[in-house]
Amino acid sequence: MMRTADLISSASRALRSNPLRSALTALGVIIGVGSVVAMVALGSGAQAQVERSIASLGSNLLIVVPGAQQSGGVRMAQGGGGRDTLTLDDVEAIAGLEGVLAVAPSQRSAAQIVANGTNWNTRIEGVTPSYLLARDWEVSQGRFFDESEERQARRVVVLGATVARELFANVDPVGQSMRINGGSYEVIGVLASKGQSGFGADQDDIVLAPLTTVKRRISGRFRRADTVSQISVKAATEGELNRLQEDVENLLRDRHRIRAGDEDDFTVQNLSSITETAAQTTQVFTYLLGGISAVSLLVGGIGIMNIMLVSVTERTREIGLRKALGARQSDILHQFGLEAVTLSLAGGMIGLALGVAGAWLMTSLFNLPLVISMQNALMAVGFSGLVGVVFGAYPAWRAAKLDPIEALRRE
Amino acid sequence: MTATLIEANNLVKLYTMGEETVRALDGVSFSVPRGDYCAIVGPSGSGKSTMMNILGGLDTPTQGRIVIDDADIGTLSDEQLAGFRNKTIGFIFQSFNLLPRLSALENVELPMIYGGVLPKERRERAADLLDRVGLGERMGHRPTQLSGGQQQRVAIARALAGRPALVLADEPTGALDSNTGKEILALFRQLNSEGVTIVIVTHDHDVAAATKRTIEMRDGHIVSDRLNGSRAA
Repeated sequence: MMRTADLISSASRALRSNPLRSALTALGVIIGVGSVVAMVALGSGAQAQVERSIASLGSNLLIVVPGAQQSGGVRMAQGGGGRDTLTLDDVEAIAGLEGVLAVAPSQRSAAQIVANGTNWNTRIEGVTPSYLLARDWEVSQGRFFDESEERQARRVVVLGATVARELFANVDPVGQSMRINGGSYEVIGVLASKGQSGFGADQDDIVLAPLTTVKRRISGRFRRADTVSQISVKAATEGELNRLQEDVENLLRDRHRIRAGDEDDFTVQNLSSITETAAQTTQVFTYLLGGISAVSLLVGGIGIMNIMLVSVTERTREIGLRKALGARQSDILHQFGLEAVTLSLAGGMIGLALGVAGAWLMTSLFNLPLVISMQNALMAVGFSGLVGVVFGAYPAWRAAKLDPIEALRRE
Repeated sequence: MTATLIEANNLVKLYTMGEETVRALDGVSFSVPRGDYCAIVGPSGSGKSTMMNILGGLDTPTQGRIVIDDADIGTLSDEQLAGFRNKTIGFIFQSFNLLPRLSALENVELPMIYGGVLPKERRERAADLLDRVGLGERMGHRPTQLSGGQQQRVAIARALAGRPALVLADEPTGALDSNTGKEILALFRQLNSEGVTIVIVTHDHDVAAATKRTIEMRDGHIVSDRLNGSRAA
């Protein structure tokens, strides 16, 4: 019986004796594994990007907006809804539910603002201080307004990063004044940047002001005093989110006197389920890319089989000699099988390296996070080894079964 | 260990070629004692190649019984035949059959690899054997860097590597010029005098005459079996 070390050195020797052919044979697997790794990494990167940007809207978050949900789908547009059905009393009631970490009403208004002689059109969100917690905002400069400023409808604003950059490029915005729809306001803080939302909107293009201020001085003219355009509800834990969604829906149906079977006059959006849907979509995309690449790995395997069959034919005499010298069928089987596995495993590892490099290149090109899981990498290399076993088995078996007398007679 | 190395009894080997059955061996009986040096001669088609394949454990007889070094060839499995070839037989071929990728030393090591001999011992034994056939200086050479006679010496060293009970040579001088052929035959004689049992299969009567004993075959039969006497020198 041949020792394992001798088997390995014999196989590697045979491969090195014809380096160009070995390299070309492995190339199929290199391309296959490389593209699987690169494509899956790209897909995972896109998935992480989508998840991250949706999560940036706020985690464990329910958003209640006026108007009925449309045709069973998830309605992305917020704040339309025609009638003002949500009130500050609804907000109070939701705050009393179990498992609520923060409730924040908000009133949206579009406005033109002027500062330093520059005009900027943006959205103004009238909010309470709890909005920061509910929507995972952070203040990067200055401060946020407090409860008493909110109650007194003070003329203070906190700017989103985009607005701050556009209007106060060269000066510290905190302490500056600006005009909104003609009235004068003091900038007391700037929000930390959140970037784009999962739906492509710039979340930093926003101005936050006290809810009362917005209602009385900016949009108040057109609206009832006690209604809000949106209620953000943050659950204490993620596990409670679905239960809380039902509680909020039941509570509001009750308060709005909606009978069973009638259409709700509000919609509760669950950001976790939106995230999940989006993540599933990109995951399917990832599998698709990986699957297409796997086909090229299969083609690489066929290339190995082809070359191994040629090699067995070329080396018939050698096989006959080895048998005459005492090689068992299993020795020959292992020797040729190992050559195929070595080819495909080496190809797999080179492919992995190239795939990681390619993924890095593409993700930096498309500005995506680079996500490469150890598990996927090991799977790709392991799969390449399997390709070697499967496609090397038949040629090796043919070699092992050769009749030594016939084989020695072959020229 | 018995004094008789080979005991062949009424061997028959049938080949089916299309619809025709060929009797390659048709009742062959002979015996070879340990330490013998004999030639099996005959024209092509005489059955000598079939005889060699059976002696070498590459083939088994259709009928009859042959025992070599206490192993009954007809009863061995493929696996056991491989072991038999490795331990009991040393092959020498007309066309040397050295692996071109390997050095002389590595070619000699080859049968010991299949015998599971450890690398250090393998290398020492191979080096000793190459010394013994007069190639101590050329161990690192590839076959293509050696002359025909030198290649056949490497093949002889390889045949001896497993310390076989029987060295089996198939037309060992067939690819060599006559002077080199004589050198190889002289080496065989020397090895035989050191106790190695050698059987040469050849169609060349001059080669046969260099051995101690000639077994002549024709049409699957042994037609004569005689000692070469003083002519062998």
